[in-house]
Amino acid sequence: MGSKTANTIPFNGTAEQEAELLKVINEGKNEKGSLMGILHKAQDIYGYLPIEVQKIISNEMDIPLEEIYGIVTFYSQFSLTPKGKYNISVCLGTACYVKGAGNIYDKLKEKLNLEDGGCTPDGKFSIEACRCIGACGLAPVITINEDVYGRVVPEELDGILKKYNDAE
Amino acid sequence: MYRSHVLVCGGTGCTSSGSVQILKALQDEIDKNGLSSEVQVVKTGCFGLCALGPIMIVYPEGSFYSMVKVEDIPEIVSEHLLKGRIVKRLLYTETVTEEGIKSLNDTSFYKKQHRIALKNCGVINPECIDEYIGSCGYEALGKVLTEYTPDDVIKVITDSGLRGRGGGGFPTGIKWKLAKQNEADKKYVCCNADEGDPGAFMDRSILEGDPHVILEAMAIAGYAIGADMGYIYIRAEYPIAVKRLEIAIKQAREYGLLGKNIFGTDFSFDVDIRLGAGAFVCGEETALLSSIEGRRGEPRPRPPFPAQKGLFGKPTLLNNVETYANIPQIILNGADWFKSIGTEKSPGTKVFALGGNINNTGLVEIPMGTSMRTVIEEIGGGIPNGKKFKAAQTGGPSGGCIPAEHFDVPIDYDNLISLGSMMGSGGLIVMDEDNCMVDIAKFFLEFTVDESCGKCTPCRIGTKRLYEMLEKITEGQGTVEDLNKIEELCYYIKENSLCGLGQTAPNPVLSTLKYFRDEYVAHVTEKKCPAGVCKSLLSYVIIADACKGCTACARVCPVGAITGKVKEVHTIDQSKCIKCGACMEKCRFAAIIKE
Repeated sequence: MGSKTANTIPFNGTAEQEAELLKVINEGKNEKGSLMGILHKAQDIYGYLPIEVQKIISNEMDIPLEEIYGIVTFYSQFSLTPKGKYNISVCLGTACYVKGAGNIYDKLKEKLNLEDGGCTPDGKFSIEACRCIGACGLAPVITINEDVYGRVVPEELDGILKKYNDAE
Repeated sequence: MYRSHVLVCGGTGCTSSGSVQILKALQDEIDKNGLSSEVQVVKTGCFGLCALGPIMIVYPEGSFYSMVKVEDIPEIVSEHLLKGRIVKRLLYTETVTEEGIKSLNDTSFYKKQHRIALKNCGVINPECIDEYIGSCGYEALGKVLTEYTPDDVIKVITDSGLRGRGGGGFPTGIKWKLAKQNEADKKYVCCNADEGDPGAFMDRSILEGDPHVILEAMAIAGYAIGADMGYIYIRAEYPIAVKRLEIAIKQAREYGLLGKNIFGTDFSFDVDIRLGAGAFVCGEETALLSSIEGRRGEPRPRPPFPAQKGLFGKPTLLNNVETYANIPQIILNGADWFKSIGTEKSPGTKVFALGGNINNTGLVEIPMGTSMRTVIEEIGGGIPNGKKFKAAQTGGPSGGCIPAEHFDVPIDYDNLISLGSMMGSGGLIVMDEDNCMVDIAKFFLEFTVDESCGKCTPCRIGTKRLYEMLEKITEGQGTVEDLNKIEELCYYIKENSLCGLGQTAPNPVLSTLKYFRDEYVAHVTEKKCPAGVCKSLLSYVIIADACKGCTACARVCPVGAITGKVKEVHTIDQSKCIKCGACMEKCRFAAIIKE
């Protein structure tokens, strides 16, 4: 469900990143059906999949760019825009939803002044809704990067955000 | 020999509530007390009772510690492990009796469960192949390779009556037979671990808690249909499961249980993992295969079925995780044993993920034919906060809601379908009086609109129009005529969509319309939301008698809709109110209500 709008932030990939990407492509190039795995790894390297990265993959693997773009935009885990330093995912799976995750999501967007898939101008926070991370016993659940918060109530959101604001 | 074993749950639920830190603290504390040669710490898969996580069990006593915190570790080690005194305050309250502690299997959560697919979850260390082998692992594979012909294997599976646990309930034996019949130079065995139903997590728990059982079952399937390669298609959202599968595959290869000439026979089989990337439609078999091939996960018309023309154009067998998890047990114990569990038409057990407004959220495995009442009231421990049960939702975005009046119907494939729902992958979400059924239907439709791949028009545009009509109703703009239009559109989408996603997408709407029509009617005629969920139909009002005039609400209101002097009754200007509910949260005198 990440934002699929065209990337407006200038691409600033490094030579190291490109070398790493080329290595990944060369390793998987000749294996049947390896494109998805390569896209996953490319996203790990760059944090997202801008058109520049897709072009490299297209050239190296000899797959038309539109086909790669078609795949990247089809799957919700691939993102065309960079994420914030702290990416907040609010689980909107059924178990979380019936326990008020929709409200938590609205409150967070309001506090950060963001839309779904958006990123704050300082690049600090981005927010997205996600489908079930499988921690339904702890509903409602939000994750911020690797940290998981369970049984979240609206009152504690300020405290949670503050932790990351203070982390600088 | 260890004198004591401490099992700590390392499933996603408990990991999210901090079991990794607990494991580390526990091992440190054990080392500090010089107990490392006497006490063994085992990181297991999911115990099922996720609501009480992080969970820890100490054997031989079998004391079940729940909601353990890192601060509790020194006490557990010094009291229990060192001095042999059980830490009563941390015990799961239901296991505490006057005489001491009772076995976990006697608690209401576990008593009526029958664990076949979850047999090893929460019992063995999933990252250790020896523990799996110690629990009869790979025995079934050895048995079929040395004693059975492929046809014998298919006969046992067919006779057992096992049906696909991924949702459809198609007889597994027939699927295997079809895949075997189609001659080809290459065949594939695939495992569907793309658990897309939001609210279901049994496949994830099996992969995290017992990954080898899937490898063993896929190898058995490979032998039966004549395939030498298998792929597990798993969601990238399940990092722990992916990691454990990778470990399991590596270990199985080292032990010669995957690879060339398994058990010294001429049967060879290997397994590889393919990651999904977040597309619900990839749970559909043709879409899944297309995604493994590295393309957009769009379904295609059937026939040809995957058993004829599947992955890379070759005959392919595709089963879901929970289905595979039953296979080794059926081989070892026989078809008659399996048939003795469950109902005549749906033998065996089913794993359900209990979630939503229920006390014991978690994973349960029950014999088919158990009633919804037993699952929710006994195993699930009822509804929290004294609320009233309204409906149970099964089958996720493809299923429907079952109201209280059908509480005593035995759960099996056919009964759920006749109630207008379906088994699905086994998500079971409990809703109470505070959940609005129109809102829930809208929630599922939003999901299917988002996840529709767009290939066929009835699904792509039909679900969107359906969503818009539901939105109109929840905003108070609906008419009685809309309800009829909705029904008509639902049937149109069901009949004309290309794949299962579209064909079942209207189910949440149809079933809520069937059982909770009065709620829809209240939305369209009285412009009221009886559960108090739909914001546009609510108004916040101040009860004059209860208001103390403290001004807290007026100060918190973001749009200045509340006026009133200090120590005088306040009022809300309904034309300005944006219904954010901030005033109600702030009021200390319960003087603000929504109606």
